[in-house]
Amino acid sequence: MELPISTPDISTEQISATSEVNFTINGTEQQVTVSPWTSLIDTLREQLDLTGTKKGCDHGQCGACTVLCDGKRILSCLTLTVMKNGSSITTIEGIAGENGLHPLQQAFIDHDAFQCGYCTPGQICSAIGMMKEGRAKTREEVKELMSGNLCRCGANVGIIDAIMEINNGGKHE
Amino acid sequence: MKNEQQIGQSYSRLEGDQKVTGAAKYSGDMNIPGLLYGQVLNSTIVKGRIIAFDTSDAMAYPGVIEIFWHENRPSLTWFSQLYSDMDAPPGSPFRPLHDEKIVCYGQPIGLVVAETLEQARYAASLVHVEYEEEEFVMDLMDNLDKARAPKVGMATTLKPPPPKPQGDFEKAFETSFAKATGDFFHGTEHHNPIELFATTTVYEGEGKVCIYDKTQGTVNCQLYVGNVFGLHFKNVRVISTYVGGGFGSGLRPQYQLFMSVMAALQLKRPVRVTLDRQQMFTFGHRPPTRQLTRFGAEANGRVNALFHEAVGETSQFEDYTETVVNWAHMLYPADNTLFKYKLVPLDVFSPLDMRAPGGSTAMHAIESTMDDLSYQLNMDPVDLRLLNYAEKDVSTGRPYSSKELRQCYVQGAEKFGWHERNPQPRSMKRGNKLVGLGMATGIWESMTLPARAQAVLTREGKLEVSCAVTDIGTGTKTIMTQIAADELGLPMEDVSFFYGDSKMAFAPIQGGSFTTSSVGSAIKAAGKALRKKLFKKAQSISGSPFSGVAIEDVMFKNGWIRLKSATDTGVLLTSLISENRGRPFKTTNFSVPNIFKLKKYSRAAHSAVFVEVEVDEQLGMVNVTRAVTAVAAGRIINPKTARSQILGGMVWSISKALREETIPDYRFGKYMNANLSEYHIPVHADIFNLDVVFVEENDEIVNELGSKGVGEIGLVGMPPAIANAIYHATGRRINQFPIHLDKLL
Repeated sequence: MELPISTPDISTEQISATSEVNFTINGTEQQVTVSPWTSLIDTLREQLDLTGTKKGCDHGQCGACTVLCDGKRILSCLTLTVMKNGSSITTIEGIAGENGLHPLQQAFIDHDAFQCGYCTPGQICSAIGMMKEGRAKTREEVKELMSGNLCRCGANVGIIDAIMEINNGGKHE
Repeated sequence: MKNEQQIGQSYSRLEGDQKVTGAAKYSGDMNIPGLLYGQVLNSTIVKGRIIAFDTSDAMAYPGVIEIFWHENRPSLTWFSQLYSDMDAPPGSPFRPLHDEKIVCYGQPIGLVVAETLEQARYAASLVHVEYEEEEFVMDLMDNLDKARAPKVGMATTLKPPPPKPQGDFEKAFETSFAKATGDFFHGTEHHNPIELFATTTVYEGEGKVCIYDKTQGTVNCQLYVGNVFGLHFKNVRVISTYVGGGFGSGLRPQYQLFMSVMAALQLKRPVRVTLDRQQMFTFGHRPPTRQLTRFGAEANGRVNALFHEAVGETSQFEDYTETVVNWAHMLYPADNTLFKYKLVPLDVFSPLDMRAPGGSTAMHAIESTMDDLSYQLNMDPVDLRLLNYAEKDVSTGRPYSSKELRQCYVQGAEKFGWHERNPQPRSMKRGNKLVGLGMATGIWESMTLPARAQAVLTREGKLEVSCAVTDIGTGTKTIMTQIAADELGLPMEDVSFFYGDSKMAFAPIQGGSFTTSSVGSAIKAAGKALRKKLFKKAQSISGSPFSGVAIEDVMFKNGWIRLKSATDTGVLLTSLISENRGRPFKTTNFSVPNIFKLKKYSRAAHSAVFVEVEVDEQLGMVNVTRAVTAVAAGRIINPKTARSQILGGMVWSISKALREETIPDYRFGKYMNANLSEYHIPVHADIFNLDVVFVEENDEIVNELGSKGVGEIGLVGMPPAIANAIYHATGRRINQFPIHLDKLL
């Protein structure tokens, strides 16, 4: 709504120019043709049909679109696809292994760490990225470093319980 | 033991795998070949009319297929009431793209349809709209003189008007030993589920559509689309399997549904319309409400006078009401009462039920005033409530169908350690922070609506149950499977529950904590009918062990029908299929609550909430460091998902008391914080120790399940408990929600 307050003075040709982007998505090499203004989340969802990545705000405020890029958690709504040529992206669809769910996914189910499930892919990708960062040890630190991922159902207790179970090397609390 | 009852067991959500792997498809996730994208245009003025709508630049933009607005939209029903729905308040429902009139900021005024999302969004910025503006009013507190009684309509049956006065309030209050008065206010709140509202409409040929919609009522949207677009109901299918949060926002068909269906029908192609986060602030909301209370008590602590008045906001086109002033007398049996409820119509979109509508508003005022009264009487807040405990609902003179609130107080206080509280405000400290302990009561009416369910015993001897109801994250799929399993005595893995599709048996909208009771009762009705059918067939087999046996004398267990008196004698359910010439057994049944029986009772879930806060007076920061909610809500079908429901309500309570509000700019008639970085809800770091106690409560009246629903009760009591804890910590009673740091500095 009311998106650009004044329409940018650019030509139709400039806007319609497209680029090829090559990257690895969930272990598979992909080539997409995108406009320079296409965000990674829209490429994933609309072109590659990877709709597990969710859009909650499109402004980097809710964390629902979190994916892993070269092992780091990023907000795919604040990322232009053309920036990620050559990168390796893991979305929620690529988190489970061949032998079944990732332990954190199972912990989310066990701790009832979601209700509607909409923020869940972002919470899980973000938590995996966070654990890799290795900065969070205590519950308070985990809560702080996971606070970029909003949950409106109020499943916060279950989410942090689930992450703590895995963050402690699989020890149940 | 293999054959234990499924009701009462803690099961993880049955759709958990789908949700943690990203496989769950929500309504905006349906990628259909040839899909077009719609971008809604919204009014940038508050009130007036459109005088020019220039689409030439936008239409010239590559990829743009069509732009719809009020002058070129297809002709639709002229009768405004056909835009009505199951949750429509009295008035004239909003009609998207109806004419040039603008009634509120952000009103949808057009739709740009293009080949790609980016094209649609950019082209929308190329549409030039000119308006003629009129004066508007938007500030509730500035327009209290316009308050008037609400109109009465269909919705009034679920939202009764204030109870009639009893005794002589003014006289009794005048002579009360202790008096507490309060002036309460909370501003606008928006539901803000994290999922954006989205509809994907698949055009399936002349007059036929299949719609994936974000909604809390598939049948509600089916009827709406059929009525508005003049389609046969059987040609309108609404599917909503996964819903990314509702909280009331999906109780009415929202405008993206209209836009998507309109465009798909006109263009004969699949069309998706997804709202953006700003647009999520352009339809229903919890209305700002001002409340006044005056409670009086005798020297012994008995409350003898109750006054509660509420003035709520509504739109200029509908009278949205809430049940606000009806609760105090249900809880506290005073002899003298006076209750008033009024509305002020303003230039805003119609408010909409938002989690615990009315109840959470009311309890803020009632329970804060009771807390105030406890200090004036020098009584413990729990003791004051126990002294004024309503054994029956004196507001109507009816007994409660069940009420274990006393146990909520006792067990909640015990679990929390309430006795450690020093009653003196500002007396407790931890480091440099003030510590406060507060409590409050919660109440939410238990309703049951008519619903229908189908039950099928398949050829393989499995049970399949279905209903059009949604599962908005409440655990509906899981608990309905549990309820169905017990009907035929089957293990969970032999039972499937199908839902979220208007083609299935009728369900009302999902809200008000009435889904478990309504749909659960329908499943019980269908299960009972199926048992009857199966038993009849079992009796008809030659040499049946059941000839001359009554159905009461058999039991259904693990795929068998067996005699209760001789459990080794029985008939295998799958053997009945061959007796039925290989066909499955099927039954569809309605469950209608027994109004004549129910109206003799008041039915409600109750809670007692205990909260500890830490207040940093130098920074004005408040943390809810621990809280216990003790709930009496009848039988709990699944303690695991029910606990999550209550925890969710507790997080919402922290949000309501300390965080969320939509802030209007009354000069411009707009909301200033229409985004998730400035509309504050609690983040993980804001949540500390939350605990839930379910108090045992047997209720043989409320419905066949004895279950009262847990969607709202977690939210009603805790916000005032937080405010009361802040008073205990600081000695400051702040009656305006949310309590932000500026009020504590």
